[in-house]
Order: sequence, then C-alpha cells, then structure tokens
Amino acid sequence: MIVIDGLVKKFGERTVVDKLSLHIEQGETFGLLGPNGAGKTTTIRILTMLTGATAGTITINGWKLSENDLEIKHTIGVVPQHLNLDVDLTARENLDLHGRLHHMPCEERNKRIDELLEYVELTDRCQDMVQKFSGGMKRRLMIARALLHSPQILFLDEPTVGLDPQVRRRLWDLVRRLNGDGITVLLTTHYIEEAENLCKRVAILDKGKLIALNSPVELCQRLGEYVVEWNETGVTEYRFFSNRSEASSFAGGLSVDTVIRRSNLEDVFVELTGRKVAG
Amino acid sequence: MFFYDIYTVFWRDWLVLHRRMTKFILSRMVTPILYLVAFGWGLGRGIKMNGGSYLDFIVPGIMALNAMNISFNSVASPLNMMRLYHKSFEEYLIAPVSSAAFVIGKILAGALRGLLSCAVIFILAHLFGATLIINIGFLLVLTLVCTLFAAMGVVAAMVIDSHEDMGNFSTYFLLPMSFLCATFFAIDNLPVGLRWVIEVLPLTHATYALRILGAGGDIPWLPVVILSAYTIALTGVGIWTLVHCRD
Repeated sequence: MIVIDGLVKKFGERTVVDKLSLHIEQGETFGLLGPNGAGKTTTIRILTMLTGATAGTITINGWKLSENDLEIKHTIGVVPQHLNLDVDLTARENLDLHGRLHHMPCEERNKRIDELLEYVELTDRCQDMVQKFSGGMKRRLMIARALLHSPQILFLDEPTVGLDPQVRRRLWDLVRRLNGDGITVLLTTHYIEEAENLCKRVAILDKGKLIALNSPVELCQRLGEYVVEWNETGVTEYRFFSNRSEASSFAGGLSVDTVIRRSNLEDVFVELTGRKVAG
Repeated sequence: MFFYDIYTVFWRDWLVLHRRMTKFILSRMVTPILYLVAFGWGLGRGIKMNGGSYLDFIVPGIMALNAMNISFNSVASPLNMMRLYHKSFEEYLIAPVSSAAFVIGKILAGALRGLLSCAVIFILAHLFGATLIINIGFLLVLTLVCTLFAAMGVVAAMVIDSHEDMGNFSTYFLLPMSFLCATFFAIDNLPVGLRWVIEVLPLTHATYALRILGAGGDIPWLPVVILSAYTIALTGVGIWTLVHCRD
C-alpha cells in the first residue's frame, strides 16, 4: 500500500507537486492522469527515490520513505518514461545486472531471467545487444527488468509513450496480467484510453494539484454518461446527458450535424480545467 | 552485501571491457608509441637526464600521465553519458546499493583499465630499449595513481552537466598536467611560483614516485602520502556527490 500525505515538490519558486495526498491500495492498478507538466513524473520520481520531496510524507508497504529506502527499494520495480537500458550490455546481461544489484542468488536469478524473457517474448533475442532492439522490445525488456526481483509494487511512468498502437495494446495485456498476479501498479499516462482501459482508479492532476479522484466510470458518470458534440460557429460545443435518449432528443433539436458518444476522462479533464489533456 | 555490491558494479564494467579487450589494447598503444618515438627516439636522442638516458627518464612520466588519462576517461566519460544521456545510471539509484559501493566499484573498474594500459606501455617501452625496474612498490604506487584519477573521474562525471564541459575539463586540467607535471622535463628550473603550483598537482607526485621506484629506489613516502590523501579525498567527494545527486 502507498500512502502519500501532503506531498510538495518545488524547483526554486516553481511548485511542481502541490499538497498531493493519495491512498493506493494493495493490488490496485492506479493511474496518475494529466497533461505534460502536471507533476505525474515528478511524483513517480519522488516515490522511486530519484528525487527528494520538498515537504510531505510517503509510506510504502508500511516503510517511511527517506528512513527505510533500502527496504523499499527491494519491494518496488520501476519502468521509467525514457528508455534507460544499459546499451553496452545484451538483453540477458541487463537482467543479470539488475538481479545482482537486487542481491538475487545465482540460481534463482537465472531461473527468473529465463521466465521473464519468455513472459515478454524476448527469449530468442536475449544474447543480442539492446541497442539493436526496437522501442517496443526495449520497453518490454524494461518491464521484465523491473519485475525480475518480484516487486510488490510496479511504477510505470508513461509506459506506452512513443509506441505504435499494436505494441501499446500488447503492453496493456501485460499490465493486466501483472495486476492479475497481485502486483500493485501505479502508472502515469496522458493517454485517456490507457487510463480507462487499465486503471481501477485514476487521480487527475493539473499543475501539480489533485483535481479529481475516482474510478474512470464514476468520474464520467458524474459528468453525464453521454455527450452531444456539435460545431456551429467554428468552435466545438458539447453538452452532457445521463442517458442516450436525452442526448438523442437534444441532438434532434439542433440544425447542424452532431455526434453522440460516451463521455470519457478527456471530457472530465476539460470540464475541470477548461483545457485538453494533450495540451 | 557491501562488497558484493562493489563486485557487481565492477563486474558490469569488466563485462564491457572483456568484450572490447582487443580494441582497448590496440587503441591504448597509439599515444605511447607516439610519445616514445617523438620524445624518446626523436627529441630525446643524445639527451642525458640524471646521468641516464632521456628515454629512461620519460617512461615513468609517460606511465603516470597514461595512468591519469586512461583511469580518468574510463570512468568520467561513460559515467557522464550514463547519467546525462543513456540514463542507465538511474538503475543504480533505484537499486538497493549504497553510494559508497557504487563509487568504489566504478573506481576499481577505472583503475583496472589504467593498469592494463600501463602494462601495454611497459612492454612497448622495453621494445624501445628503456630499462625500468618493476617491483611490488612500483605496482602499488601505480595502482594508487590509477585509483586517484579514477576517483577524479567519478567526481567529474557527477558534477559536470554537459559533454562539452567534460571536454573542457580535460583541456583545462588534464592536458596542462600532462605537460607540466615533470613528465618530460625536471621542473627545478621553472620559476618558483609556477613550481609551487605544479608541486600541488597530483600527477607531479605520481611522476616523482614512479621515477624513483622505476630507477630502483626506495618507496618515496611523501609523494605516496600526498597521492593517498588525494585518493581518499576524491573518493569521499565522489560518494558525497552521489548521495546528493537527487535533486
């Protein structure tokens, strides 16, 4: 379980994370959603001890961050946003190095490496240098590396950024499988579809502040399950409705072309901030 | 686990070196051959230093400056790239490994490369006709010199925030040391002020110590103490920078 209480991060005078408080349950897939600069990656970097917090307390699996860092490091796996494999090593050597750094005994390490290479479908490429790998293969290897020491919590920072849709969906399946195995997953994303597909609950961040927290379905329902979109004056206008018949009836009364669709987390974000997530 | 972590960090660098061993040794031969031809055979033919040949005079100096360059660059550039460009440095920050274990592992790996390249010079120098006495004292001091400059490489890699500035560090610090620190000439005739500055620099003491030991002399304790102090201080600063690298 992760408990974040009053987390603040400042870079000089600029506040990047502003009094963030969250409880993430064991076995949950939790998403931090927001546009670039919302403070998602900074939050993950603080949780994974790559950056220090300015204020606030964090407890991971009962251990307080900054007091029990080594114990916490044994229980977490991290897949950062950027590709950070060791380009001078092969795929297998990257995993071997990670296992050694996490003090795994040789026999267990080798067994686990074989299992995970199979899991991420890289067994036949394990002796290749990673600099020859495609982006998707590197990302899968990074996930295997993060899982090698059997962490209880997996941090995924924008795990599918820059990947083509097919590879993205394969990674989603992988994340679902991991969560099915009981691993707590905390992921950041600015892809609405990703958050809706993977996360049991999402926290929407904007300018470092928590502006909404709930399941994707409930956040959308609170807004209205259906949305009518139309464009009359060059600006897209929209209105939310609790059911499809109300939406159809309203659309029928308009003299321009309309689109009726289910509301999504993008709508939630736009309603709360007046801006789009991608912006 | 502390020593196991040191070994793990060292093991990674050994793996990379082992894969490139032939390239490493061949590339390490170029600069010493140029120095030996230019200063030993060319410029130094007929020059006597301290009653011996100029070649015998400069070989310990070339070993010292080679130990400096190779040990420093074996750590500084790759670690700086790992930190700023490849970001693979984060793998160590996220792992349950102490900063001291990481720094010592990197220093040992850099020192090993320095020692290997000095072994190449030793063989080349003998082929060029130099006479150099290698004993335990010489090897220990050479190891100390390699360790010192590998530690300096860690500090530079951790505090310098661009590849361009890494190059500038070499230009403004290592290159002047290469030529001024008693490598190619005795510094006794230099102006007093400049001599004091040169005598503060670690490469001067490395050259002094290796020259005395290479000529069959006893261990010169003052340079050894100064080199040890530099090594301990730079290792400490390296660990401190790693502990405080989280912004």
